[in-house]
Amino acid sequence: MTKLTFIAFDGATFEVEAENGSTVMENAIRNGVPGIEAECGGACACATCHVYVDEEWTDVVGQPEAMEEDMLDFAYEVQPNSRLSCQIRVREELDGLVVRVPERQA
Amino acid sequence: MTQVTKTDVLIVGAGPVGLFAVFELGLLDLKCHLIDILDRPGGQCAELYPEKPIYDIPALPVVSGQELVDRLMEQIRPFDPQFTFSRIVASLERLPDGGFRVTTDEGEAFEAKVVVIAAGGGSFQPKRPPIPGIEAYEGKSVFYAVRRMEAFRGEDLLIVGGGDSALDWTLNLQPVARRLTLVHRRPEFRAAPDSVNKMLALKEAGKIDFQVGQVKALTGENGMLKSATVKGPQDEVEIACTRLLPFFGLTMKLGPVAEWGINLNENLIPVDTEKFETSEPGIFAIGDINHYPGKLKLILSGFHEAALMAQAAKRIVHPNEKVVFQYTTSSTSLQKKLGVLD
Ligand SMILES: Cc1cc2nc3c(=O)[nH]c(=O)nc-3n(C[C@H](O)[C@H](O)[C@H](O)COP(=O)(O)OP(=O)(O)OC[C@H]3O[C@@H](n4cnc5c(N)ncnc54)[C@H](O)[C@@H]3O)c2cc1C
Ligand code: FES
Repeated sequence: MTKLTFIAFDGATFEVEAENGSTVMENAIRNGVPGIEAECGGACACATCHVYVDEEWTDVVGQPEAMEEDMLDFAYEVQPNSRLSCQIRVREELDGLVVRVPERQA
Repeated sequence: MTQVTKTDVLIVGAGPVGLFAVFELGLLDLKCHLIDILDRPGGQCAELYPEKPIYDIPALPVVSGQELVDRLMEQIRPFDPQFTFSRIVASLERLPDGGFRVTTDEGEAFEAKVVVIAAGGGSFQPKRPPIPGIEAYEGKSVFYAVRRMEAFRGEDLLIVGGGDSALDWTLNLQPVARRLTLVHRRPEFRAAPDSVNKMLALKEAGKIDFQVGQVKALTGENGMLKSATVKGPQDEVEIACTRLLPFFGLTMKLGPVAEWGINLNENLIPVDTEKFETSEPGIFAIGDINHYPGKLKLILSGFHEAALMAQAAKRIVHPNEKVVFQYTTSSTSLQKKLGVLD
């Protein structure tokens, strides 16, 4: 199990135990983190699971692939640390990962 | 008098379920006309995930969204369905004789004995970009589509986006605009490489400007734009413009379906599970748009719904004909309709 922390836009913090191999988005939905909509269910087709990866974690999490970059064009307030949470797979190295939810999804 | 197109069954939505309905209705000798706001068939499969694999279509272990649509189009070809694309079905009313009249946003009129609503998650409509106060400019100086290029002649145009629509309109409107600036959040584009190269050539030649960044704010008066603030990687720039065309993709909105006097429940249309008929006799709802106990929003379920709906539609359109249950494998009359009998 890997610990993830979601910080909602209003500052509320959600600490969750995530299974390796699941996606960060799935853990947000399962734990009712507000502001993650994930309309397309994780197919990288809606950009409504946008998160900001905490600066300390951007290197470990890595950069989006081309398809995700394309989809990020549709997200709101995209920053260099923006990711679509359905495209981040939970793995051991991510233990302690912190992601922030933007003000709104597209 | 506007011209009226007559058909047996008018289908609202050309997603996978609307398309397959043509097949089931066609086997029963019913002619179909489909209307969709998109410019091509396929609904979500074509618009949202054309290249992604689907694994749960019976007997097709894997098929991409677009391939499924192509195969459906091939399957229904013998029934010669008619399509009206790039139109939203705006109104639906019952005629005194029991049929229906359907009109589009462009005023085209259709008359049908039966209406099938296969509107899925709703009609695809352009996404509004997250720019504060943009609503005030919409329809006056901010447009999400280009109906007439002339409307942009002599204007200072700002086009936002990195997909095919943004690039195509940049290329097409450059000659008519006074000045054209393309804004995109990054220097890479989703659009076809050929259009990107053409756009870059125009930029090299000084015929357009390209700015990396995201539009943060608009300035103007009474709905008429004066300039836009674009936040780039380093700093903010103010770009003078009189027209803005944002291309941020499409989103699904229920749209006019809510105004047709049919009972709705949380934006879905409740139906029975024998005929998939709505609260209005003669109006059916199949696919993602309907709801009944146990409903699953799967293409598979929509196909089943189409088959049962067709039986009920047949009885309305041809009340005096007896419907005989037949298999396509063995019925020569069905095979004749499919054009496979020589
Ligand atoms: C990323 C993703 C992956 C999916 N994967 C699967 C899968 O693996 N298996 C599966 O079974 N399902 C899958 N689905 C679901 C599947 O795509 C839908 O169940 C299916 O598309 C529903 O078909 P439909 O014809 O009912 O509606 P849609 O595909 O939504 O089509 C409805 C059409 O109606 C049009 N329309 C609506 N209102 C109007 C109007 N007033 N005027 C004009 N046009 C109108 C719309 O523009 C649209 O084109 C997936 C969906 C997504 C988003
Ligand atoms: S859930 Fe749709 S892109 Fe991530």
